[in-house]
Amino acid sequence: MPKHVIDPNQWINLYSDYLFNYTITRVNDKDMAQDLVQDTFVAGLKSMKNFKGEASERTWLISILKRKIIDYYRKINSNKGKAEVRMNYSGDENEGDWLEERVADPYDKTAEDSIENTELGIAIDKCLEKLPAKQAQVFEMKTILNYETEAICNELNITASNLWVIIHRARTAMASCLEKSWF
Amino acid sequence: MSNKFFIPCKEANHVCDKTQYKEATLWEKIKLNIHLLYCKACRKYTKNNAKLTKLITKKPVVLDASAKEQLKAAFEKELAKQQH
Repeated sequence: MPKHVIDPNQWINLYSDYLFNYTITRVNDKDMAQDLVQDTFVAGLKSMKNFKGEASERTWLISILKRKIIDYYRKINSNKGKAEVRMNYSGDENEGDWLEERVADPYDKTAEDSIENTELGIAIDKCLEKLPAKQAQVFEMKTILNYETEAICNELNITASNLWVIIHRARTAMASCLEKSWF
Repeated sequence: MSNKFFIPCKEANHVCDKTQYKEATLWEKIKLNIHLLYCKACRKYTKNNAKLTKLITKKPVVLDASAKEQLKAAFEKELAKQQH
């Protein structure tokens, strides 16, 4: 098996979306996730010489990111209760001795999953582009951004029944557009 | 009596759309389901509609272009520092 090489010039293009998705499902805060991804890239850059080529670049970056996410939660926690007693490893030797550290992460997205999801995202965007502008706008606000019906009506100056007609047309069009490959 | 329980396809589809956003009332959903018992076309529409909702929720969030640019700029600064 060829050894994995590291090339930071391509990192942003190749992995930023993947890392961002990974983070957003865990921290649930867009800005924070973005910061964490950035920290990860920078940290990766700094410890590039430690990269042994045993795992792929992406796996390696994810392992850094995981640490960053854990640190983030630690920081929040330490702000909450300073008097809390924390159990921790007593030394380097015992690292990983906690049982939960040794179990595989069931929420870890597999590569296949993420590829499929990326393709789905592209397909949805393509179909959205095909919709008439107004339909796409309303559909996006309602379905993807989850705005309240009332808020959309106020903003676009339409009635609720207008909105539902537009939604209905958009949904029908979206369904038939996605039907071939995704239904 | 008949229009208390039986609704036309147009209304059924409307209720179905509302259901996708959890905005239909219980009574509306009951009427929709009665309609679906005998209407094949609406059954198909309902099925596709639910599938569409599921697909949309699975759509991954991507970084928007400006955020990516920002990320890139910060990263390149760091990269330049590293190489010198």
